[in-house]
Amino acid sequence: MIVADPQTRLAMFGDMVRVRRFEERCAELYTETKIRGFLHLYIGEEAVAVGVLHHLGPDDAVVGTYREHGHALVRGVPANSIMAEMFGRYEGCSRGRGGSMHLFDAATRFYGGNAIVGGGLPLAVGLALADKMQGRSNVTACFFGEGAMAEGEFHESMNLAALWDLPVLFVCENNLYAMGTALERSESVTDMALKAAGYAMPSWAVDGMDLDAVWDAAGHAVQAIRAGGGPQFLEMRTYRFRAHSMFDPERYRDKAEVTGWKERDPIETMRERLAAGGVLDDEAMTSIESAATAEVDEAVAFADAGTLEPVEQLTRWVTSEPEEAQP
Amino acid sequence: MTDDGQVTYREAMRAALGDALREDDRVFLMGEDVGMYGGTFAVTLGLIEEFGPERVRDAPLSESGFVGAGIGAALGGMRPVVEVMTVNFALLALDQIVNTAASLLHMSGGQFNVPIVIRMTTGAGRQLAAQHSHSFEGWFAHIPGIRVLAPATVEDARWMLGPALDDPDPVIIVEHGTLYGAKGDPGTGPVDIDRAAIRRPGSDLTLITYGGTLPTTMAAADRLAEEGIDAEVVDLRTLRPLDDATFCESVARTHRAVVIDEGWRSGSLAAEISARITEQIFYELDAPVGRVCSAEVPMPYAAHLEAAATPTVEGIVAASKQVVGRDG
Ligand SMILES: Cc1ncc(C[n+]2csc(CCOP(=O)(O)OP(=O)(O)O)c2C)c(N)n1
Repeated sequence: MIVADPQTRLAMFGDMVRVRRFEERCAELYTETKIRGFLHLYIGEEAVAVGVLHHLGPDDAVVGTYREHGHALVRGVPANSIMAEMFGRYEGCSRGRGGSMHLFDAATRFYGGNAIVGGGLPLAVGLALADKMQGRSNVTACFFGEGAMAEGEFHESMNLAALWDLPVLFVCENNLYAMGTALERSESVTDMALKAAGYAMPSWAVDGMDLDAVWDAAGHAVQAIRAGGGPQFLEMRTYRFRAHSMFDPERYRDKAEVTGWKERDPIETMRERLAAGGVLDDEAMTSIESAATAEVDEAVAFADAGTLEPVEQLTRWVTSEPEEAQP
Repeated sequence: MTDDGQVTYREAMRAALGDALREDDRVFLMGEDVGMYGGTFAVTLGLIEEFGPERVRDAPLSESGFVGAGIGAALGGMRPVVEVMTVNFALLALDQIVNTAASLLHMSGGQFNVPIVIRMTTGAGRQLAAQHSHSFEGWFAHIPGIRVLAPATVEDARWMLGPALDDPDPVIIVEHGTLYGAKGDPGTGPVDIDRAAIRRPGSDLTLITYGGTLPTTMAAADRLAEEGIDAEVVDLRTLRPLDDATFCESVARTHRAVVIDEGWRSGSLAAEISARITEQIFYELDAPVGRVCSAEVPMPYAAHLEAAATPTVEGIVAASKQVVGRDG
């Protein structure tokens, strides 16, 4: 296993903490009714986004789902604009038209933010196709849940990507449940990596609770893609510690199971490992925590101070304004 | 091309695609059987020889997958022209068209426009029965965020693709299956995709139609002329956004209108046009707006039943006589 250098490991650890604190605050803000709509938290799964996205460069593309706050944050979408989006503010990354499920950011090539399960998969295939046809060596990373693998669009996308040898990294975040439907109740083959292998696609199952393992696997996969190896598939075995969304009474899984997985908290695991290795001392831990808290505080203040888009602009951007169209 | 300069609608479309591929490296065609086979309706025949399999790209049977891939490619800087064999099969890609292509610009606060062109055939008239003969273009015309074009003439088939590709937003082009063999003058372009066209001037009533029912409507206008009724024919050309100004101006002059639409009557484009006329120029009307639509049945196979289910010259003539008060 290749382990990242200490600086990178610390930076990745810091990102996990940022995502966790950001989302914990989101849950509070939801209860305070500052955030509305559907809110899907990523808590427990942070190692996946962090370990994968740290391998991407600025020209690579990222396609997420509705559980994408972490991906957006780690990708570099400013926390302020993400929070403002959840507050429905004009300063939000989607001008308040998207909300939690539809974060977009052209500057970081962050393409959502897609609330149709499986809907982002063909999009990722197309982004990769454009890169390949234009001779660019970019990678498109596509995140989706194991629930999406029961959709037809999963099959169509895997087939197209493999058939056309496209530079896509498929990252299945297998948290074992699609809302309340357990994996074994939704898939005839529950080994997702095996399923992907059926498309003649190199695929690996990875411990998604272990940041080092995610980083290692993603590194190999991204390298293989850049070397012209075509699409690669990573099944990240992970778990969400919270309910599917803020509306979910969570009747489908028992407390013991959740508690068991929480003992494998990717942040705790990494904190202990880094501390034991002498990479992370109390002082560094304190500064990571206070930086995360400060970032979240600022984001909330920014969102609170944000403005509402004038209603006169309601129908703006249904179609492109002539002067705004991209070349 | 024949000696008189006439070409078929199919050839016009093919010439337009060839031009687009030649003029812009970002343009590529993608769809089921567009390459080796030459297109289900032979529209893309020969293009793979000139442009190769990368740019005339055969896609497997996966409408949602390759329409979605086209959307992604458009986001990635390409100008895809995606062919979905028929509008019936486009329903398998409806999620990508509606939830992504049409929504992305607005949902992203203006950040991501989707310059994709999606071509598909539509309509009945070839005895292909229910699963190959429906006219769902009105459904697409219902959706904000996309433009819907229905070239009804050879000239429009030849020249609508250019402006469609220049449009920064998703454009759907519906081509009626019975038009491919029609011959006409391809003209010299360009055409204006924002405006409806008056295909025949007249003063007694306005017949409003588009796409595959234009020839039927023109034939009906000829028949009406024989009976001393002077019909104006408006070809909508663009089903979204509708050019209300042109058809309302026409109806304000003739004071009578019949809308001909191969879609089903309930919730149809014809219903929308009728409503707009009523909303905008009600006091100009001398009679209620008439409608000739398809019968509300899944399209039958048997020729006589198919003919009975779709707008006919006789049906248009009868509806026209009714609005001018000359029935019976
Ligand atoms: C096409 C579609 N069907 C149903 C839903 C409703 N829905 C939202 S999330 C979800 C479960 C998806 O599970 P999974 O893909 O495993 O992702 P996770 O939420 O576990 O991250 C469902 C069924 C939807 N958004 N889209």
